[in-house]
Amino acid sequence: MIEWLVNFALKLLETCKDFLPIITVIISFQLLVIRRPLTNPKKTLAGFIYVLLGIVFFLEGLDMALFPLGKLMAAQLTTPEFLGLNPLDQSISWQAYFWVYIFAASIGFATALAEPALLAVAIKAEQISGGTIRAWGLRIAVAIGVSFGLALGTFRIVTGTELYFFIIAGYIIVIIQTLFAPKLIIGLAYDSGGVTTTMVTVPLVTALGLGLAEAIPGRNPLLDGFGLIAFASLFPVITVLCYAQIAQWLSNRNLSSKL
Amino acid sequence: MLQNRFIKQLFSSFLDLAPILAVVLIFQVLVIGQSVPNVASLITGTFFVILGLTLFIQGLELSLFPLGESMAYAFARKGSLFWLLAFSFCLGFGAAVAEPALIAVAEKAANIASKGNVIEQTNAARDNYALGLRISVALSVGFAILIGVLRIIRGWPVYYPVFCAYACIAIMTPFAPAEIVGIAYDSGGIATSTITVPLVTALGVGLATAIKGRNPMTDGFGLVVFASLTPMIFVMAYGMVI
Repeated sequence: MIEWLVNFALKLLETCKDFLPIITVIISFQLLVIRRPLTNPKKTLAGFIYVLLGIVFFLEGLDMALFPLGKLMAAQLTTPEFLGLNPLDQSISWQAYFWVYIFAASIGFATALAEPALLAVAIKAEQISGGTIRAWGLRIAVAIGVSFGLALGTFRIVTGTELYFFIIAGYIIVIIQTLFAPKLIIGLAYDSGGVTTTMVTVPLVTALGLGLAEAIPGRNPLLDGFGLIAFASLFPVITVLCYAQIAQWLSNRNLSSKL
Repeated sequence: MLQNRFIKQLFSSFLDLAPILAVVLIFQVLVIGQSVPNVASLITGTFFVILGLTLFIQGLELSLFPLGESMAYAFARKGSLFWLLAFSFCLGFGAAVAEPALIAVAEKAANIASKGNVIEQTNAARDNYALGLRISVALSVGFAILIGVLRIIRGWPVYYPVFCAYACIAIMTPFAPAEIVGIAYDSGGIATSTITVPLVTALGVGLATAIKGRNPMTDGFGLVVFASLTPMIFVMAYGMVI
């Protein structure tokens, strides 16, 4: 118990160090540049203490639950017994791992659809576009983007292909789409990729990627383990731009058929 | 009142985790059907994550968000360009350093790098590497916000800086050491998370509201994407330097 408390105190101290820069920035700009005292110092202080305690519990919980969970799923979905293959067979084709892709896609779809920050963005998009883009349509577009991105990302880990090729290909698609997309929605579509990578999904997905790279013969966590988050934040941009394009096209067609 | 809000937040943190837990549970029961080791530790950990998230978000809403947002609006409305840009950079830097997901993943990356003999297998080397990663990311997020704010003021289209960043990444990757590329590509998505996104969005929307001829709905966006691209460039540069 005492050991645990000491450990907890040490972690709290370390977190203080991480949080110091942002506190210094906010407070010094407030006092020195804007020159207004803090409106509610007690509340602010209480808030900072909450944040520090929150980070310590969160990081502890990550180490106990989300990291092991991602690793466990990666390990279980790739054991030869689960795949129904001969353990000595080293030349397993990428199709054998299809449950891995389905799992990655499901995680991506479920988390993106349930993301509260995305809901706020989706409602804004509906307002910007004057109703051409539906909030629900946008959320589904993002969810499809994330799930496709994660599935493709796990496929890349399984096959050991270069991350670079996929991402640059994605960039080229985004550039082409940008040239044709409705101008108003571009900024929002770009940002939709960053919205889905939250504090909860990032650790799980990272652990899944590293776990896969460890479990699959011939893969190295150092070279192949990372990259899933990059997929998860690039592909929603593509699907949202695509959805915006389709929505505009449909509404134009409706307009012209009415005339 | 506070109690009530705390419970509400606790519930919404649980909802954040629920889709993951549901998918994992479905796969465990229907597809895998093996026994799960350390169930007790998993459950305690999940509880810690929920509690941590709740305290964290509650704390941010009490302290950092109202302060940061009111300051973002204040700087956007008046104040010199110099102070606005200085504030943008510091805000991005500070937010990225504090981002909990980045803390956790940087530590993971350091462990992997040390197992793969990229860095020495000592605690000091690992801590240094993790800190180096986080400082690179924080510098790049600060830089991204600075450029993004300049973009809103000047009224450049959103895609100019984004396309430049794409070109930079495409050119740099072949020259970067292979073992840094994965974590570099991921760091962008990790940096734009719980602390950074709301603060940066407030800054963007505040600016676009304050400047004549800008539309907060359209010009206010686009800061987050740039902040998720520059970390790739800066982390690859970090990998080339060490």
